[in-house]
Amino acid sequence: MFQLSKWKTIPILLTILFGVVFSSPNLVPKDFRQAYFPEMLKPLVKGLDLQGGTHVVLEVDGKKFKSELLKQLVGDIRHTFRNVVKVRYTGLGIKPGSIVSVNLKDIIDVEKVLPELRKLTIDNSGAGFGGLGQSMGFGGPGANLYDMTVEDNNISFSFVEAGLNAKIGSAIKAIVKILGDRINSLGTTEPTIQRQGVDRILVQVPGLQNSQRLISILGQTAKLKFQLACDSQPTGPDQRPPLDCEAWPRKENPAQMMWVQTSRKAVVSGENLTDSQPGFDQRNGEPIVTFRFNTKGGVEFGDLTRKNVGRQFAIVLDGEVMSAPVIQTAILGGSGQISGSFTVPEANDLALVLRSGALPAELTIVEQRSVGPSLGADSVSAGLMASIIGLIAILVFMLFSYRLFGIFANIALLANLFLLIGVLSALGATLTLPGIAGIVLTMGMAVDSNVLVFERIREESRAGRGPLNSIETGFQRALATILDANITTFIAAVVLFGLGSGPIKGFAVTLGLGILTTVFTAFTFNRLIVAFWVARRRPKTVPL
Amino acid sequence: MNKFKFLPVETNIGFMKYAKLAVALSAAACIAAVILFFTAGLNFGIDFKGGTLIEIRTQEKADIGALRSKISALKLGDVELQSFGSDRDVLIRIETQKGGEKKQRVAVEKIQAALGDTVEYRRTEVVGPKVSGELAQEGTIAVIVAILAVMVYIWFRFEWQFAIGAVLSLSHDVLLTIGIFSILQIGFGLPIIAAILTIVGYSLNDTVVVYDRVRENLRKYKKKELPDIIDMSLNQMLRRTILTSVSTLLALISLYVFGGEVLRGFTFTMIWGVIVGTYSSIFIAAPLLLLTGARISEPVKTEGEAEEIV
Repeated sequence: MFQLSKWKTIPILLTILFGVVFSSPNLVPKDFRQAYFPEMLKPLVKGLDLQGGTHVVLEVDGKKFKSELLKQLVGDIRHTFRNVVKVRYTGLGIKPGSIVSVNLKDIIDVEKVLPELRKLTIDNSGAGFGGLGQSMGFGGPGANLYDMTVEDNNISFSFVEAGLNAKIGSAIKAIVKILGDRINSLGTTEPTIQRQGVDRILVQVPGLQNSQRLISILGQTAKLKFQLACDSQPTGPDQRPPLDCEAWPRKENPAQMMWVQTSRKAVVSGENLTDSQPGFDQRNGEPIVTFRFNTKGGVEFGDLTRKNVGRQFAIVLDGEVMSAPVIQTAILGGSGQISGSFTVPEANDLALVLRSGALPAELTIVEQRSVGPSLGADSVSAGLMASIIGLIAILVFMLFSYRLFGIFANIALLANLFLLIGVLSALGATLTLPGIAGIVLTMGMAVDSNVLVFERIREESRAGRGPLNSIETGFQRALATILDANITTFIAAVVLFGLGSGPIKGFAVTLGLGILTTVFTAFTFNRLIVAFWVARRRPKTVPL
Repeated sequence: MNKFKFLPVETNIGFMKYAKLAVALSAAACIAAVILFFTAGLNFGIDFKGGTLIEIRTQEKADIGALRSKISALKLGDVELQSFGSDRDVLIRIETQKGGEKKQRVAVEKIQAALGDTVEYRRTEVVGPKVSGELAQEGTIAVIVAILAVMVYIWFRFEWQFAIGAVLSLSHDVLLTIGIFSILQIGFGLPIIAAILTIVGYSLNDTVVVYDRVRENLRKYKKKELPDIIDMSLNQMLRRTILTSVSTLLALISLYVFGGEVLRGFTFTMIWGVIVGTYSSIFIAAPLLLLTGARISEPVKTEGEAEEIV
């Protein structure tokens, strides 16, 4: 018989009820929902393109990251040879292909230095950010970062791929945390910060008006250093700094370079800050940024200033000299201030990024998409309008095409729509503008499953079968076709899901789930409606 | 009983009579599309070319000429301005700035400084050269993967002749879409790739339904000639084809008209795709079965057809 048994009918109706219940939060006003709806029933989350917000993809500058590591290795080797094992060497430096190479003057020394150098091939960044790498399972502190090759009196170091990737991985973990701190201090709600691929970070901040500010805060490395000035300073452009000095441009005049010392005794790193606040200079009222060192940093800074009273030093931020005051007295209190002709917002942002700490690697912004809240609101109302008009047009069209069976098709379409929105809401899916397009498109295409069934029933009926027989055979034969036809669109949706980011993914999700709910209703609910009608009316002919 | 029927119930159109003509016309159109693609080319948006897109809304009717001269004065290279939706909304597109990712941000800041606070910034998108290159590659791969995946699916479900017919008609749809984009020079971005993938799914949906019927009729009427079988199948499915296409088009037209400017390129592509896809499943996919010589190698009995008596 065409009748469906109770134990089939009830689960089908319950599923549709599930759809209605879970889609209902989207249909009532917010106040009403919060007052009467349980926590579990949530409306669809609006994507950035609908509520406004900023989507930024940042990439770790791998080249710079590697060259910083190599520079550090060169410094460590120099330190080892000068102070630990005391050997004579030549040609220490970075060679093309990310290789550090050094020649010992005396080949006998090779055996002597190897145990010490071997220590350098291990990632020893136990302190600071490296510690985060341990949870990666491999790599991180203790992992092999360099391969050491010895040939006669030449010793060279090259990266171990796995060690380097782990190092980048732990840097990214640290960056995700720092960026989170920075965004939170902007006072925004629910940012998403996640790693993407090997060396990228995706940041999504909903509902932020000033996207340019967000971007300048995210992009800033905030590496602060205090370096003593060199004895000689450039007298013209394009001059090479002397040994153990490096050149940085001055903030107020980037064409003018300042030479600062690089030796360990002349540099205090700004990594050891405990606090930083914007403020005003008491003498001239200019915006400044004050900072406070932790104990270690305070002692180092105190030593540096005590030993160099009367000399000039530079406050270098991300490779730019902010200011270069002369040390008047030893600064032992562990705090100081940075002036650099800032505007008030600049000082605020600088204090903010210094508080969160320096990024362990430089970032570049490779993609940015911001939508203002007004465009988002327009998109919501446009999408809603298109959905309603599209739905009405389809309902009317089906009613005109099939009359009684058109009503059946329309009930099934509405049930399908509830189910789709209910599933999306229950899954906590994000609704984007293309996602709305996917729902409207699903309405248009969902009708197909009913058309296939009805046309088949009509054909069977014209071929001389009785009404019940036609209906039963029609359903039976059309279902295989429905499955075949929908699988192809489903394949396209899956490919799209793999390709897409953000809004496009939203389209793939609604399209794909739309196909699933369409096939489900086609196999169950549509049949149930017709079965109900057959049972009630016992038709003599099929009105198709 | 049912007097209100605006579609004939039974048709007997000799589609295969026009098949040669249609295939010839389509082949010519496809060649033209390829030529257009290589000569006129696609108007790639920032997703694939990189660059910056800013959508602004002015307080009064936008003076595009004045805006253009303001922005041209910044010397940011290629600048495009166009009215977008209403006469207060303007879309500004500038090319990728030389000198790395940071320079793109500087360009946005320059434009915002030049236009001031009186305009509202509705949308800002910056796609760096690296990401745009990847997106272009991924987009192309996605379309090819989708076509191959459905080809494999059809091959498993049907015979290889069907798979070839389906894929050729799909490629026809994709080529004609690229052709219309070359002619109209509409911005070609990631949403258009999404639309093309959906067309691939939709057009195949149509083709599969027709092939399904051809296969069924091949089993049913073993004596009939293939062209007659195809004609019969197409006529049997004609009402369904039209009803489904119309309802899908109703949804799409509603999106095109009311869904806002942002979606317009996407919905245009879909509308075009539904029309071309419906045409191609009748006039391309079906006749291609004649060329490849579709037949059922073993009359496999499946459910439903088991006790079929002709």
